[in-house]
Amino acid sequence: MTTSTLVVKDLTRRGLGLGENLGRWDLKYSPYLFVSPFFILFALVGLFPLLYTAWVALHAWDLLGGQGRWTGFDNFAFILQQRQFWVALRNTLSIFLLSAVPQLIFATAIAAALDTNLRNKTFWRMSVLLPFVVMPVAVTLIFGSMFGERYGLVNRTLADVGLGPIRWHTDPLASHIAIATMVNFRWTGYNALILLAGMQAISRDLYEAATIDGAGSLRRFFRITLPQLRPTIIFVIITATIGGLQIFDEPRLYDQNGLGGEDQQWMTMTIYLYKLGWTQLNFGRAASVAWMLFLVIVAIGLVNLAITRRIATGEGRTA
Amino acid sequence: MSAVSAFHRRRAEARIAQRPGALVYGFLTLILVAAVFPFYWSFLIGSGDAGTLSDTSMSWIPGANFIANARSVVDNESVNFWRALGNSIIVSTVVSASVVFFATLAGFAFAKGRFTGQRGLLVFVIGTMCVPTQLSVVPLFIAMSAFGWTGTLGAVIVPGLVTAFGVFWMTQYIAQALPDELVEAGRIDGASMFQTFWRIALPAARPAAAMLGLFTFIMSWTNFFWPFIVLNQTNPTLPVALATLQANYFVDYSIVLAGVLLATVPLLLLFIAAGRQLVEGIMRGAVKG
Repeated sequence: MTTSTLVVKDLTRRGLGLGENLGRWDLKYSPYLFVSPFFILFALVGLFPLLYTAWVALHAWDLLGGQGRWTGFDNFAFILQQRQFWVALRNTLSIFLLSAVPQLIFATAIAAALDTNLRNKTFWRMSVLLPFVVMPVAVTLIFGSMFGERYGLVNRTLADVGLGPIRWHTDPLASHIAIATMVNFRWTGYNALILLAGMQAISRDLYEAATIDGAGSLRRFFRITLPQLRPTIIFVIITATIGGLQIFDEPRLYDQNGLGGEDQQWMTMTIYLYKLGWTQLNFGRAASVAWMLFLVIVAIGLVNLAITRRIATGEGRTA
Repeated sequence: MSAVSAFHRRRAEARIAQRPGALVYGFLTLILVAAVFPFYWSFLIGSGDAGTLSDTSMSWIPGANFIANARSVVDNESVNFWRALGNSIIVSTVVSASVVFFATLAGFAFAKGRFTGQRGLLVFVIGTMCVPTQLSVVPLFIAMSAFGWTGTLGAVIVPGLVTAFGVFWMTQYIAQALPDELVEAGRIDGASMFQTFWRIALPAARPAAAMLGLFTFIMSWTNFFWPFIVLNQTNPTLPVALATLQANYFVDYSIVLAGVLLATVPLLLLFIAAGRQLVEGIMRGAVKG
């Protein structure tokens, strides 16, 4: 009795009206209602902007004046002729590689260490995740003070061991290494936990069999752990790619001007997008950079896929 | 099974179950030091004065100026620290509560409902995770300007109200944690879909929902790009305020790093209270994903 009045109240509140087929209607259509918030929001802040970005990119469009005339692919042609665009692309890829590769290697090593029969497992797992709660902006300010050219901790330590200073804010590669270090600080432990989860899903029987066959721990790692871990590694690489290529926070706060250095040494694609849109007030060009960035992400994704496929077949042959 | 192979098997098990050696603990200790050092460094500089960073004979013992530096941060009018803190709390709380509610609702429908186009829609949700957020900033900003929302918290909250990751995560969890029989039983008792969700699915999904809320809270708290674009100095979130702080005090890192510590403390406390759940959640999500 109480339940049925509740049903009625519930349904009238949602305006479905009353009737004999209420229950069936509820069963059939409520799921759509339940999933609709995501789709409505995505349509508004995902799909519409996606299409609208294409529209804006094909027009002259500035921040103050709004939509201008149709210009076709002029914005794209302009962007592709800019030296800055190619420098931004180079920097983005360079920072991405300098962060993704060492991060994956370190994360795998940490995960392997965590996968042993440790005392205080939870303590060690939490300790590697600690950097994840520091906002990238804060990480950048902390590491920025260590990577100062004259007084930074890193250069001072280098001087102590008799090495010359590295020009962290002048030399492009040095600045990329500094920025990649910040990214690695925050994400290595996070990825280590994901890889650890993958490792723990590997059947212990495989290890046992290998141990009986006399395989040592290193051999077990390379022959069993790594091949079995492939899906997890691919997952980590894909998320690192999507996030890494959009990098903004670290290069933005690496110096006070936030535009990627005097000579665009660490100007990434997203910094370039920001610069075009919000300092030069040219939304048409900013939108075309957004599309180029999207294409780069898709391209790198395909390269990733090709490489991991090749590795997979290579393994098949040796096994 | 022969006695010999049983013997080998037991020895193998023993070798795997062995406690790791000093090498493993040494390596993890190094990682721990690397994780903690930046905090110590911030406190070291943040408790000094303007000259500490450039002092070549810098001591490794913290100074006595942290309170004074922290006061410079919160007293600075253009940084708006208290307002930023309040805004960050509001934004992260509203966004994570909303994501948990709508993602669990959608996850329940995807995992336990039966409707046309179910699989296709779920694949679509997962597909949207691959669309980079940067792609939409330009039109989103144009839209927010048109609504007159720039500079308001709504502009930061609304785009984050429900996420594809959340829907996917809750779908996975509810599918394996909530027995079909329970849903059926609710239906036979005459409960509506929403009542089944509210009384049966939501309580059953609590562990995953807590993890999703925690994760969303952290992501929202640390988010910089979009709030930086759409908000301004007078109504910032914490990351935006830190950027202002850096621009104002670029010569004095002791104040900048004191501010960094102040802005980091809330999540640090959250981590101490709920870090264990966060670790579990990330690991559980990884196996599914």
